[in-house]
Amino acid sequence: MGEVIVVTSGKGGVGKTTTTANIGTGLAKLNKKVVLIDTDIGLRNLDVVMGLENRIVYNLVDVIEGNCKIKQALIRDKRYETLFLLPAAQTKDKTSVTPEQMKKLTEELKQDYDYIILDCPAGIEQGFKNAIAGADRALVVTTPEVSAVRDADRIIGLLEANEIKKTQLIVNRLRADMVKRHEMMSADDVIDILAVELIGQVPDDENIVIATNNGEPLVGDNSLAGQAYMNICRRVTGEQVPFLDLDAKKGIFGWFKKK
Amino acid sequence: MKISDLFKKKSSSDVAKDRLKLVLVSDRATCSPEIMQKIRSDIIEVLSKYAEIDMDGIDINFTHIDAEENDGKTVPALYANIPIKNMNHNVK
Repeated sequence: MGEVIVVTSGKGGVGKTTTTANIGTGLAKLNKKVVLIDTDIGLRNLDVVMGLENRIVYNLVDVIEGNCKIKQALIRDKRYETLFLLPAAQTKDKTSVTPEQMKKLTEELKQDYDYIILDCPAGIEQGFKNAIAGADRALVVTTPEVSAVRDADRIIGLLEANEIKKTQLIVNRLRADMVKRHEMMSADDVIDILAVELIGQVPDDENIVIATNNGEPLVGDNSLAGQAYMNICRRVTGEQVPFLDLDAKKGIFGWFKKK
Repeated sequence: MKISDLFKKKSSSDVAKDRLKLVLVSDRATCSPEIMQKIRSDIIEVLSKYAEIDMDGIDINFTHIDAEENDGKTVPALYANIPIKNMNHNVK
């Protein structure tokens, strides 16, 4: 029996889709069977981040409306055999799906896959309600900015009210140099304010932009962000992994120091 | 406050934390306008049994107070200022 995980944030642009893509890919790297569902109907993006935009035939709304079987709509990843994407519809809107239908769909997928990961749209309206309907666990993504943390708090409250059993936080786009100068909140500062469990801290890494340009999630590579995402995946599977030192010096000197 | 604090500028991450803590207290305490309206009318209904209320002067809202038993942290509280015109003494 698999686990349904929703990746959510409240605020837009904090990295939900990138996080979904990397965690899904990372779990597949760990030999798990994974389905990623883009629930952002009308504004789909997980397909381009995964580099699978040219392979879409059917979408989430087609599955819900019974126009095709689930298996027909699932797109197999380019690199990983056990990773699949169910893309959002681009020409419909959020009201095309109800929370009950989403719950039924995820229940069905749980039978065959280890992890079903839902990329939630920004906001707290219908799209959010659909995405969390069948979730066993929520990963809340935030950045160390007042606006994103405030929205994360609101989302955490709503997840509690909807009886999502487990909520964990990912602090994204941390800049170690700024944290050191006390010009940016650290992951600990954010945890202190939100009082939830931390499952990952991801550095602001230009490699993310490059990976998204190429449509190939960087999880598991040598970049700091790649390592941070891989650690999150291992923590999702229940492994105890210490948090990365995000202050590892960049450049050639840092490289020698690290060795 | 120590004398040295006067010369030390607060770091922007501390400013962010302090501002967030304050805004979250009111975010968490505030409820939707519909619920607020319901609470208001329910309180008025109950009190009207016992007293004549000055409807224009009513002020009911959520606020936050320092709770001593809560390590000095602030907790939400309901604030209500309801002026009474006349007590209704013939209530059984």
